[in-house]
Amino acid sequence: MKLYRRNEQRRANWQELKPALEATRRGLPPPARSSRLSLFAMAVEPFDLIKVSLSERVFVKLRGDRELRGILHAYDGHMNMVLSEVEETIYVVDVDEQTGESVVRTVKRNCDMLFVRGDGVVLVAPPAR
Amino acid sequence: MLIFSVFKTLTDQEVTVELKNDLSIVGTLKSVDQFLNIKLDNIRVLDEDKHPHMIAVRNCFIRGSVVRYVQLPKAAVDTQLLEDATRRESSNAQKAAR
Repeated sequence: MKLYRRNEQRRANWQELKPALEATRRGLPPPARSSRLSLFAMAVEPFDLIKVSLSERVFVKLRGDRELRGILHAYDGHMNMVLSEVEETIYVVDVDEQTGESVVRTVKRNCDMLFVRGDGVVLVAPPAR
Repeated sequence: MLIFSVFKTLTDQEVTVELKNDLSIVGTLKSVDQFLNIKLDNIRVLDEDKHPHMIAVRNCFIRGSVVRYVQLPKAAVDTQLLEDATRRESSNAQKAAR
């Protein structure tokens, strides 16, 4: 009985979200923000997840221990991206000469508008809420 | 293609190109091609003490594959236009894949 109810709930969610997903597939701007959150969970193709993150703040992990947080404005199939209001975090490992211990130091930088070349991108995620 | 068009609209703007070897070059964007190779004029290297061999260089061609970032002038980018174009291009790409 419990399982049945849960499936009912899922079907209801799907009915509610279907038009929204269809809209993003057709290349229209995504609908109201409230339904967008659940769209992340049901984006069908991998790129759909990035598509619904357009004009949202995203987290981008790059090669070389770098991370970016910024608003996503454009991307292409290579994952080249244009971000604005970007905060970059670089993790630098310092080795203490006396003790030989390694200490991780973070360097932060900000940038208004940034193009990121896709070959350095490891992952893109909507940031944790 | 989309990003290529973006760079074409930014010609004659001042940009900062950060390379994968951590060299940052400021200069006027003169031209760009499909590989995102970039031609810069009137260049200046950030942190010139570290890269003294670059002082004499006035203009350069940068191979697209060695670029990490390009810092763009915010005023020259229409974000709404970019997002619409991205949605259009990604749905075209998805259609082509099916």
